[in-house]
Amino acid sequence: MTKTNPLLLDMRGITVAFGSFVANDGVDLAVDAGEIHALLGENGAGKSTLMRVLAGLLVPAAGEIRIAGEIEPLGSAHEAMRLGIGMVHQHFMLVPTLTVAENVCLGLSSTGRFIPDLKTAAANIRDLATTYGLDIDPNARIADLSIAGQQRVEILKALYRGARILVLDEPTAVLTPQEAEGLFRILRALAAEGTAMIFISHKLNEVMALTEKVTVLRQGKVVATARTAETDTRGLARMMVGAEIALPKLEDAGTDAGVEPARRAEAILAVSDLTCRDISGITRVDRVTLTVEAGEIVGVAGVDGNGQQELAEAIVGLRKVGSGRVVLAGVDVTTAPIARRIALGLAHIPEDRHRTALVEPMSIRDNIVLERIGDAPFSRGGWIRRDAVAGLAEKVMAAFDVRASGSGQSVGTLSGGNQQKVVLGRALSRDPRLVVAVQPARGLDVGATAFVHRQLLARRAAGAGVLLVSTELDEILALSDRVVVMFKGAVVGEMTRAAISVERLGLMMAGRAA
Amino acid sequence: MFAILFDPTFVGFLSATMRLAIPIMLAALGGLFAERSGVLNIGLEGMMLVGAFVGFVAAYGSGHLAIGVAAAVLAGIAAGLILGFYTITLGANQVVVGIALNLLAVGITSFFYRLIFGAGTERPRIDAFVPLDLGSLADIPIIGPLLFRQDALAYVALGLVLVTWFVMAKTRFGLDVRAVGEHPEAAETLGVNVHRIRYFAIGLSGGLAALGGAFLSLSATGVFLDGMTAGRGYIALAILILGRRHAVGVLLASLLFGAADALQLRAQILPTGVPFQFLLMLPYVLTIIVLAGFVGRGGAPAALGVPFRRGRSNKE
Amino acid sequence: MTVTDQTAATRLRLPPGLVGSLAAVAAAFLVGAVLIAAVGVNPLTAYGALFEAALGSRNGLAETLVRTVPLALCGLGIALAFRAGVFNVGAEGQLFLGGTAAGAVGVLGAGWPALVLLPAMALAAALAGALWSGLAAWLKLRFRADELITTIMLNYVAIHLVSFLLHGPLKDPNGALAQTARLTSDGRLPVLLAGTRLHAGILIVLVAAVLAHLFLWRRTNGFRLRVVGLNPRAAENAGIDVRRTILFGFLICGALAGLAGFSEVAGVQRRMIENLSPGFGYTAIIVALLGATNPFGVIASAFLFAALQIGASTMESAAGVPSTLTTVIQGLVVLFLIGRAALPLWRDWVADRFRRRA
Repeated sequence: MTKTNPLLLDMRGITVAFGSFVANDGVDLAVDAGEIHALLGENGAGKSTLMRVLAGLLVPAAGEIRIAGEIEPLGSAHEAMRLGIGMVHQHFMLVPTLTVAENVCLGLSSTGRFIPDLKTAAANIRDLATTYGLDIDPNARIADLSIAGQQRVEILKALYRGARILVLDEPTAVLTPQEAEGLFRILRALAAEGTAMIFISHKLNEVMALTEKVTVLRQGKVVATARTAETDTRGLARMMVGAEIALPKLEDAGTDAGVEPARRAEAILAVSDLTCRDISGITRVDRVTLTVEAGEIVGVAGVDGNGQQELAEAIVGLRKVGSGRVVLAGVDVTTAPIARRIALGLAHIPEDRHRTALVEPMSIRDNIVLERIGDAPFSRGGWIRRDAVAGLAEKVMAAFDVRASGSGQSVGTLSGGNQQKVVLGRALSRDPRLVVAVQPARGLDVGATAFVHRQLLARRAAGAGVLLVSTELDEILALSDRVVVMFKGAVVGEMTRAAISVERLGLMMAGRAA
Repeated sequence: MFAILFDPTFVGFLSATMRLAIPIMLAALGGLFAERSGVLNIGLEGMMLVGAFVGFVAAYGSGHLAIGVAAAVLAGIAAGLILGFYTITLGANQVVVGIALNLLAVGITSFFYRLIFGAGTERPRIDAFVPLDLGSLADIPIIGPLLFRQDALAYVALGLVLVTWFVMAKTRFGLDVRAVGEHPEAAETLGVNVHRIRYFAIGLSGGLAALGGAFLSLSATGVFLDGMTAGRGYIALAILILGRRHAVGVLLASLLFGAADALQLRAQILPTGVPFQFLLMLPYVLTIIVLAGFVGRGGAPAALGVPFRRGRSNKE
Repeated sequence: MTVTDQTAATRLRLPPGLVGSLAAVAAAFLVGAVLIAAVGVNPLTAYGALFEAALGSRNGLAETLVRTVPLALCGLGIALAFRAGVFNVGAEGQLFLGGTAAGAVGVLGAGWPALVLLPAMALAAALAGALWSGLAAWLKLRFRADELITTIMLNYVAIHLVSFLLHGPLKDPNGALAQTARLTSDGRLPVLLAGTRLHAGILIVLVAAVLAHLFLWRRTNGFRLRVVGLNPRAAENAGIDVRRTILFGFLICGALAGLAGFSEVAGVQRRMIENLSPGFGYTAIIVALLGATNPFGVIASAFLFAALQIGASTMESAAGVPSTLTTVIQGLVVLFLIGRAALPLWRDWVADRFRRRA
């Protein structure tokens, strides 16, 4: 960092507050040209806020940003782009109905103020893509591209605007291990050309593999900046959390509860030859056969969008089945209404708690009794019995450690972790026989994640079957007795715990069954 | 067999089809811009009525039809911006605001009409637009009566169809509108001002709808009647669905409704034995059938109806 | 997967409570005052005449209560439907058909005693309204046809249908006008206050409101209805039959609107006429919004709007202000109400602008 060769990006003392909540507190972040710099932190640590400041979408209350030595105000997205800052978002900022060229030209008046020149843009895109080894067709519609393909477009969009500083937000969340390798190759090539990169991820092994330096955020403050070579994953985890939290593993379950899981050779869930198509006729679930026995956790692994979500929905009853059977506790529920499945002992922990699990304007109490309002003792003859409802709420809130000012508080005002506890509490306090959990720890910090995992293991110990659908391989590996891999709607492989190999799993997830 | 092409009733039917299609078409074009940008404009009915009223009053007062048209469009833009304020800036429920505006429009136009013209029995009239004399062009079978027996305002409307297509398909504004209606977050990250685009779209929407309403009072009838839009603004919404929110689709769908309306008018004179009330129902029943056959809001822009909050934090 | 996703896009945010409603009303009256002043009349004189006529005398109050009945019944129905996430703006058509059914039964049962005839008429009216509303429901559930447009279209169809019936099959053979024969005294709702037109319909309103309140807050089905309205996907996930709940929302709205038609026919007009309603079904939408948190709120706002409408013609004759001003005030109430509901957003927006400038 000398006068003659200033850092490409130098953020100093960035402070952002939303009301009384301080999202970024005097954050320093420095990235040199050609450097891949990891930004680590739990959810809510302030990573997104910091990046929004960099992208020109937020103006910090204090602090300055130097680009190549010059202080820049970065008051708008245009400014940021003009200065060479490009964002590759986790959830792609691409308009699906438009083509690649149209997306690239969006907001870029240099391609024509009133009538965008798509032809020239397409030609330029092709050149740029070739330069960086990105395989892209400018006239393809985004909706027709694969996820990896869309990500390439995201990157290209930034490069087209002359990005010298690239921010990548959880880029491997939607990729198989092999596709991630492909991405790393591209990133290393970019680094060699002098592009500075900020790599946001919570996958510690990737951080170790790809990056040179790491900055760790916790609760809005920088707690450490280190050279990646001088630390390891445990060190990183410690920095992120401030303590070593061991996530529960299956092996600990027995000793935790002091009881061996009550494994019986009884299939709680038997799915045979299940096929589901969506409205456009595309097959989402392709002749899937799997079973879940009482007292076992079956993990469904796979890259997001390969049918796992649809499979879970079909089992739960939120999606119509094209052909095949779903048998729950010995009863054919393929076409049965959800209420019937719940009565047979099904509990669903959906991926999107806001949309699917909770009614946010309603109270905690109402949400907890949601599925059971028609059962005794919560109602009689159609009349709600309020004391029974309140009693249930108290019990569940205590058992699942829900922090709130009372069961009458609206669920929408709770933190993410507490909301998920309500969802879990509602589902698990019924002593279900089958738990279908989809991404149960999504958006939760390490402490809450540990809690969720412990609960699932406890259910297993009590003799329930658990179908765990997750795109987090670590979660699957920690908890599953058996792992099943889905690719393009079909089950392409299965592994018992003893025989697990991450490499083989990765291949299966990519559709190359080993 | 060819004689029917020149039969005066058929010819009259064709030119009536176009004439009756125009107001709905204009309102639908307005709705097109709004919906493609992600804003449901349920207030088309009210904006049409406002246009009909303001256009009439301005034309009556000034003695010039053109001034009436201009005033109507301006009033419509204003109405659109008001709807925009509630739906875009305040993020209120778009359906409720639309309905409220429609009710308000009925009240306001009625109130001011009574105020200006009193409640007398003699209804003030103006000299409406007359069909242009295009000579022998009007005698071409089918195309002739359809296209060449209309008045100036109708040709403006048809021209607007072309303009709409061009703007949406080729210009930056059209690209921005499409992006903002499908994925406003993506557009925002690229520096597109989502709210500004939507305001433009809804302003346009109001202006076009008002023009459609002005057509009713300045071209079709030459008077203003309370509630004279009679649900056309709502039919325009159905036209958007039928026409897949594309300019050409809107044109064709409007012609379909215009034909139904023209048919119903003519059939009332013919001795069919069908009570005239059932004929009056025709356009409305047709709308219902259209909606039933075309899957609710089929093909709607992904962000339609969802208020966009600028600079939302990325909560995972 | 189907119905739930469609309604999710236009989720109704419930309007604020009492204070918000009062503020909206006050603001609307303020703007109304400006318009009155623009006409050259003293707003106080105009408003004074209006409320004097509506509330100042025994007869006036009775008339206001009479007007409250259809507004409240339709409003309750619409409010309940709103709670289920259903935008039923077809109350007008349902009211007309309900009134027609009541009139038809009333004429048919001309010799029946009141204890049989009145309930029969009421039942017919409720069924007719529910049927018409059910048609829109069927179109939505089976074809995913947007209920907003279909119910409005059905309003126009209903009015033409009623016109046909009253000019034809149901026409009073002894008269020349498009209306049914006069109802017998057994087919009329009893008058509660001698010398006025205040009829038993107001009691029906009170009973309906109490039942609605109990239903929403004490019954399991009412609970489920509220859940469906707030988050249909979560409702589905919890095993609630969303389609059945939505259908119920449509039907109850239609039944209540039909009942409103019955009360107008049996309580006010004593026969079915072509102009049974000067837009009750549409005004009731605003009534429902203003009081949507609460069945009793609906009655209160119905009463307010009834007062506005009753006083309007007096305001015109006494003060010279066109009676249509009240329609304007009604529309303004909604706009201010919605504006108030979005006030926090306004605050954020303003704060955001200042922050960017700094």
